[in-house]
Formats: sequence, structure tokens, C-alpha cells
Amino acid sequence: MAKTYAEINDRIRRGEAVVVTAEEMIDVVKEKGAAAAAKHVDVVTTGTFGAMCSSGAFINTGHAKPRIKLGGGRVTLNGVNVYAGLAAVDLYVGATALQEDDPRNQVFPGEFAYGGGHVIEDLVAGKDVRLQATAYGTDCYPRKRLDTWINLADLNEAFLFNPRNGYQNYNVAVNLSDKTIYTYMGVLKPRAGNANYCSAGQLSPLLNDPTYRTIGPGARIFLGGGVGYIVGPGTQHNPVAPRTDNGVPRAGAGTMAVTGDLKAMSAEWLRGASFKGYGCTLVVGLGIPIPILDEELALHTAVSDADIKAQVIDYSQAYPRLEPGSLAEVSYADLKGGSIALDGKRIDTVPLSSYSAARRIAGMLKDWIAAGKFLLNQPAETLPGPDSGYAFRLLKERPVEE
Amino acid sequence: MAVETAESQGKVVIHFPKEKVDKPIICFLTSKYGVMFNILKAMITPEQEGLMVLELLGDAQACQQGLEYLRGLGLRIQPIGQDITRNEQRCTHCGACLAVCQVGALSVERPSMEVSFNPAKCVACEQCLTACPLHAMQLQY
Repeated sequence: MAKTYAEINDRIRRGEAVVVTAEEMIDVVKEKGAAAAAKHVDVVTTGTFGAMCSSGAFINTGHAKPRIKLGGGRVTLNGVNVYAGLAAVDLYVGATALQEDDPRNQVFPGEFAYGGGHVIEDLVAGKDVRLQATAYGTDCYPRKRLDTWINLADLNEAFLFNPRNGYQNYNVAVNLSDKTIYTYMGVLKPRAGNANYCSAGQLSPLLNDPTYRTIGPGARIFLGGGVGYIVGPGTQHNPVAPRTDNGVPRAGAGTMAVTGDLKAMSAEWLRGASFKGYGCTLVVGLGIPIPILDEELALHTAVSDADIKAQVIDYSQAYPRLEPGSLAEVSYADLKGGSIALDGKRIDTVPLSSYSAARRIAGMLKDWIAAGKFLLNQPAETLPGPDSGYAFRLLKERPVEE
Repeated sequence: MAVETAESQGKVVIHFPKEKVDKPIICFLTSKYGVMFNILKAMITPEQEGLMVLELLGDAQACQQGLEYLRGLGLRIQPIGQDITRNEQRCTHCGACLAVCQVGALSVERPSMEVSFNPAKCVACEQCLTACPLHAMQLQY
């Protein structure tokens, strides 16, 4: 017998909802079976806390007196370039933006000490941030310069808008070359000295609803320590990725665009980060509640690390050259256990996404729902699924004739 | 004395002045004083300067005599204690540092999956400073 969102929300309001984390759900289904678990459990919570480069924040600074049109001008926050191609005082701070004078990789590998992700963290932490701008001046916006401190509390709107978060599964990175390489997957030692992975596996949001039955625009989520919403499929959403018999993708697949009020978020769950030799980014805390509408969702949310596979990719050659080819398929149970086998050799595994933090996020979301403080919102539509034909594309480069 | 049983007498940073960089000096620690050492880091630029981080092993008195010998040659010796620290507020327990820690000072606790830092095992190689995206691993002088 299927449940509805309305029934589940009624139970949440009355404080009667049964809420478990995706980790706890594994044992619930093992003990009770999927049918009984579906009846018993109302919501399963998930979580992940990892670097998500396609993240950023829209802010509206409020108008200066006299007015200045930042739109079309040049604007920095703590020296970091921010996007000003919008209306007069709307800005977008991208997580990977850098300071103009950052040496980048001129001395390799670069440090990338401070970037857009750090600006967002500082804003959310309530720190003053320096805004410097030059503009061209118009009749209605005469000013040409601005140099001031801003603070999140004084801004008009400030909302996170992340075009791609919560990747459903991801590569495991190794380096088959003879020298250390510095990647967005961390430091990779030569001759497959380590294997780095970045998914929370059995706690990861989209791995618990692999066909996106409850995932889509309007679904209410945990974002950066506050409340957010799914906007739609994220950039590079690729539901047609190969899957195992249980429907779980064996490589990077679905993604989500998400948004939420920055003022209600916490610097604990939005962290500026620097990947040596690669760049700056934002570590985002994301958690999604999955309503257990029926037996299939109970079964899906009971997925465990042993059942989730990922592909081992060489980041010294195959990845940069965009060449296909997986060196091996491994499970998250192997990855979290500390080592994997590659060509008969044991390789230490290195996580890049904090599993202990993912567990805390799923736990916080569970507490919010159990306390009746967080209701589920049925998405207006669901993300394009495995049979939709929706797939990601590579760039078709075409020669440009001058 | 077997290396496995030699007692650590601490770590030192040795600064070589320009004129001493191309002289074979450190080998005398062993040949003259019987001191064993583990090279944790060495940055030697010929005709400029050199810096070496050594962990000294063996008899305490012999180590002191060895260091006096180096001082006498004009090398600057700086003892170091636990010079790598972790900023607990910054650490998210992601695990990125595990890629580079060769000595097991950084390790994952199971099943909590939290990353623990044991300063006693740390040899101050500073690799974790590079690998930590959150800048949680810090060098204290």
C-alpha cells in the first residue's frame, strides 16, 4: 500500500513520523524486509559533505548613495573577482573565482590560498568582506568607484545557487605516471600510489533514490546547514550512465541544481577550500530526505556500500585526454575499508568527502523532521530518469576560420 | 645498535651557510660520534644555502656531541618539537591528508570514519600542509 506526501507530512506534524538515516535503513530492511520497512518507515535521510565546484551565491548589496551601477563594471570581494553582468547591484560569487593577483599555477603547484568559496564562507560566518568596484557611470548611476565593507546581515537577498551539486557516484582517481600530480581529486602519488574517492556511498543522496522518483524542482532539502530546494537537473546530469541490476549507477550519473537562503546557513557546512595545483572551491553540506512512498523506495534506500560500484580512472592520462577506459570496478565497501586491488597490487584509498560529516548531516535532518520542524515538499516534476534519453554531451569543437 | 631499537633523541632543523653546502658534513655524525639519523627533509641548493630536518637516534650524549660538532662548523641548529598542529575547527575529517602521510600520523578511525592525528608519530615532513584543502594542518614555529 502506497503512502502519499500528505500522509507523511501529517505524521511529521503530529510528531509520529518514523525517520531513519540511510545507514540505519540498511538494517531496518534487513530485519523487517522491504514491504514491512516501507510500512514502518516514513522518511530516510541522506547526507554528503564534499567539494562541489559548481557552487556560488547571488547577493544584492543594496544601493549606494549616490548610486553606482556595478552591472557591467568590475567588482571584487576581498580581492576575488565576482560576476557583475547583472542589474545594478546584483552580484554572483562563484566558488572557484580567484584574486586577480593570485599567482595561480605560475609556480607549480599553486597554493590557491583564497577564492570565491572562502568569500562565501566568510560572508556566512558573519565576517565583514571588502567590496571594491569600478563602474563606467551613467546619468542615473553616476558613481564610478566604490570601496566599502559589506556584511551578510546588511545585504538584501543572498542565496546560494549551485548549478551542480550532489553527483550521483563519481570516479576513483589514480595516477599511473611517474610523477606526483595535483588534481581536483587531491594529491595523487606516482605509480598508483593512492586511490582517491569522493562519494559518501550508501549515505549519498542520489544513490538512495537512483531513478529520481522523489528528486526534482521544489523538493525541500538540507543545504549548507539551512534549508534549501532542488531547482532541477544539475549541469552534466547524465541519467543514462551504466547501472547495476539494482538500478544504481556504476559511474557519475545524476546531478542537481540547488538553491537556498544563505542568511540561514552556517559556516560549519559551507567551507572554502584550496586544492593545491588545481584551485579554490566550496565544500557543501547537502542532505535530502527521501519519503518512503512504497516498497521500491524502501529497497532503494537500503542500498549499502557493497552494492555501489565505482570506476578507477587514471588522472595522469585517460582523464585529461578524455580517453575512455576504466582500470577496475571497485565497491564503496572496498574503498572505505582502506585499500583496493589494482593489477594485483594493494593500493591505499583516500576519501575526499567527509563520511563522518555526511553522517552528521543525515542525523541533523532526521532530528529536524522527527521534531516536526521540516516538512517534505513534493517536487513539481522529477529529474529526467534512466529511460528519458537525456544524456550529457561533449563539446563539439569546430574550426574557426578568421 | 639496531635501528629499530634506537631511541629517538628528537628532531632538529639544520641550516647550512652558503660556504658549507658542498661539504660532506652530516656523514661525520655517524663516523665520528656513532649517531644515527633519519633524514626527514633536505633542501640543498649548491652555492646558496641548505636546510635539513633530521631525527637523531641513539645515545643522548653522543647526539649532543654531534650537534656541538656541527655548531662548531658554523651550522645553525634549531631543535623542533611537535611543529605540525591540526586546527580542529578547520578539519572536516574528509581524509585528503591520508594521501601523503607516510608515517601513519594521520589515520582513519573505523567505524567513525573520523581522521585522527597523532603528533607523536609526525615527522614534520609538511606534506599534509599541501594535501589539506581546508588548511587545517598548520606549521607552528
